[in-house]
Amino acid sequence: MNYVLDFSVVFEKMPDLLMAALATIGLALTGMSLALVIGVIGVAARTSSIRPLRTAVIAFVEVVRNTPFLVQIFFIFFALPMMGIRLNPTITAIIALGLNGGAYAIEIIRGGVDNIQKGQVEAGLALGLHKTQVFRLIVLKPALRAIYPSLTSQFIMLTLTTSVCTSIAAYELTSVAQIIESDTFRSFEVYFAITLMYLVISWMMMGLFALISRHFFSYPVR
Amino acid sequence: MLHAADTQSPLLSMEAVDKWYGAFHALKNINLTVRKGEKIVLCGPSGSGKSTLIRCINALEKIEKGTIMVEGTKLDDSGKSIDAVRREVGMVFQSFNLFPHMTILENCTLAPMRVRGTGKAEAEKIARKYLERVRILDQADKFPAQLSGGQQQRVAIARALCMEPKAMLFDEPTSALDPEMVKEVLDTMIGLARDGMTMICVTHEMGFARQVADRVIFMASGEIIEEAPPETFFRNPSHPRTQAFLGEILAHH
Ligand SMILES: Nc1ncnc2c1ncn2[C@@H]1O[C@H](COP(=O)(O)OP(=O)(O)OP(=O)(O)O)[C@@H](O)[C@H]1O
Ligand SMILES: [Mg+2]
Repeated sequence: MNYVLDFSVVFEKMPDLLMAALATIGLALTGMSLALVIGVIGVAARTSSIRPLRTAVIAFVEVVRNTPFLVQIFFIFFALPMMGIRLNPTITAIIALGLNGGAYAIEIIRGGVDNIQKGQVEAGLALGLHKTQVFRLIVLKPALRAIYPSLTSQFIMLTLTTSVCTSIAAYELTSVAQIIESDTFRSFEVYFAITLMYLVISWMMMGLFALISRHFFSYPVR
Repeated sequence: MLHAADTQSPLLSMEAVDKWYGAFHALKNINLTVRKGEKIVLCGPSGSGKSTLIRCINALEKIEKGTIMVEGTKLDDSGKSIDAVRREVGMVFQSFNLFPHMTILENCTLAPMRVRGTGKAEAEKIARKYLERVRILDQADKFPAQLSGGQQQRVAIARALCMEPKAMLFDEPTSALDPEMVKEVLDTMIGLARDGMTMICVTHEMGFARQVADRVIFMASGEIIEEAPPETFFRNPSHPRTQAFLGEILAHH
């Protein structure tokens, strides 16, 4: 083997890589927030009494979960401009990540909501609360707590999936690494470096999820 | 009888009520009038429709035929009538159903704040008053899972009272409790009865029925079979199904 490792490129480009890592974290966090909002609203819509709404949610989940993310992001990036909607790559990436993560979040959160005892809902209704108040104030938090591990591992997936956004040249860690690599031909060094960076980003996310859990879900249960 | 019931105003009435679950006829021609301050004990074998009956009163179940009136409001499909009735009628469930993610105090202030629009300070004042009354104020900042079953059920009673309802429905409030905790909940209910609350209680606690009830109602197969003041009901039940039921209950206790 006559390839000589040389990490100096990586150190030289470290400021660029760190900025790109921040962009990745930003994409992941905004994508997750959007996914969470879509997840919660989607579950509420799925249990609504308006049938077309329920059908729309089911169709959305079905399509998103059974097509590749790469195709989804291309679809949003190239199809929307044909309808006159022009979006920059970062916004497109956030929308794609949010929609994709949202579809999975709907399925996961629905599982949690279904497992909330009927008595909780009835107690809320008997106190005079409306159905949407019961969902928001009584059902949601315990349901999220119950599925928190699945939801957060889905969100780690979402974090790593941000690298696919490279395909539409969104500014994030993998796309910056690709540029450095094509300029310097130091593929191994660059990808080794960003592998470590993704690992650190995932751990940071897990730490963040643990903090959130400690803050919101620390009430005792039997 | 602890409290003379007000004879004129029916607080609550069911007239020729029928309810089906699919093809199953769960309530058959139910007629029941409850006056202000009256205490009714509802008993009967499992599956006889006791829960269904009281759940119809606050619209947790829909009826197919007949009329239910609460405080002059006729229950229909409109959200407005349902809201009006649920404001006036509190309910206590067998399984407590406290909200696990809220403290005891928050459990009690939720509905007054969200339904009645009471301010936080005022809602907390009311909550403390009723928590005091069920003798559990010292637990106000704990979460439901940190309380015993009996304590949780007393909180559930206080939570319902915080809406200052005109009537209270109890669906077997002591049957999920360990025997040593039954008394504390029954004592709370007796206190409530003494203060003049209108109550409909599904329970097989016959001591409670004797002490508190103005009328005991016996149900079987979705029908009201017999209805009498407790002395008559226990000493002199007229219907053979009541006699059989009482024989069984008393043999158990
Ligand atoms: N949601 C439902 N769907 C179908 N059938 C039901 C439903 N709820 C109750 N039933 C049936 O209606 C009948 C009356 O039920 P209900 O719960 O009112 O009885 P109950 O007198 O309260 O009995 P228990 O003492 O066991 O609580 C039972 O045969 C029950 O199986
Ligand atoms: Mg029952």
